[in-house]
Amino acid sequence: MKMEDIKAGEIQNEKVVINPAWCKGCGICVAFCPVKALELKNDKVVMVDVDKCTQCGMCELRCPDYAIYLRRKKNEKQG
Amino acid sequence: MPSVLVENYFRTEKLPQIWCPGCGHGIITRSIASAIEKSGIDKNKICIVSGIGCSSRAPGYLDFNTLHTTHGRALAFATGIKMAKPEIKVIVIMGDGDATAIGGNHLIHACRRNIGITAIVYNNSIYGMTGGQYSPTTPKYDKGTTAPYGNIDKAFDICKLAASAGATYVGRATAYHASLVTSLVQNAISNEGFSLIEAISMCPTYYGRKNKKGSAVSMMEWQKNSAINISAAAKMSPEALEGKFLIGELKNSPEPEYTNEYQKIIDRLKKESQ
Repeated sequence: MKMEDIKAGEIQNEKVVINPAWCKGCGICVAFCPVKALELKNDKVVMVDVDKCTQCGMCELRCPDYAIYLRRKKNEKQG
Repeated sequence: MPSVLVENYFRTEKLPQIWCPGCGHGIITRSIASAIEKSGIDKNKICIVSGIGCSSRAPGYLDFNTLHTTHGRALAFATGIKMAKPEIKVIVIMGDGDATAIGGNHLIHACRRNIGITAIVYNNSIYGMTGGQYSPTTPKYDKGTTAPYGNIDKAFDICKLAASAGATYVGRATAYHASLVTSLVQNAISNEGFSLIEAISMCPTYYGRKNKKGSAVSMMEWQKNSAINISAAAKMSPEALEGKFLIGELKNSPEPEYTNEYQKIIDRLKKESQ
């Protein structure tokens, strides 16, 4: 994913993309993150420890609001 | 830009969805989209139909041919679509009240006919959209706005109902077991006859609050701890299975499909009249 693909307001690091505008703060991704890399701050998910994240995808799988998802790895085919 | 899956299979201009925070419906809807992606079927060869209720908002967010119909009648509309265009994969999304109360008759007869439809029931054990009335799947003694002292009706087991009425593929998963929803729906779509997948969802707003089940997270913990895969259950004692429910593939026994049988009659009569 190129930088210009990220919409204004989306937060990204090298592992995941978070869209706070869609996040309702239910805490499901935080609770079921196996490495506890996520937290809720002001009712929105934030990644507090990027190094811990293994990109297992459990947050994306169980986010009811499609507000957190894995960044595509370099050279990965789109779609 | 959302994820590739959401970008490809959702009407992103309709997002974010309006379901309550922590509602399981969004998770199940994503799992269905994932199953369709994996099955590799052309988007234009799929029609998704719904009735009325929280679950029935799902086709509004999904980017396929979609139809939002009347309460309980999704399967009746879907039957019409399948009869007119048997080559279309028809997927029906219903809620527990929609499918087993007002739509109960449509459900058993669609099962009985074994018509090639994939029905997915989002079961959150309550009527969420209309304010928390108890549904046919509200567990006995649990509360709803219409059962303030506890519901004395016995709950339907949707999978057993569908299997005994004649559905040829039946499975159950939960919002917690989202990957299982995907694999079951994928199998259901490839089954020629009538398939039913019960996807246990959670309604923290009504069912959860009225029954002190805690947050969406604790309701998902309950799903995680109470669901036993059918293959694991075979090795467990009845005592160990107390208070648990089965997930996984509960029935898979293909039988002749309704629109195929119908076509055979047309072909035979055409031949005879020549």
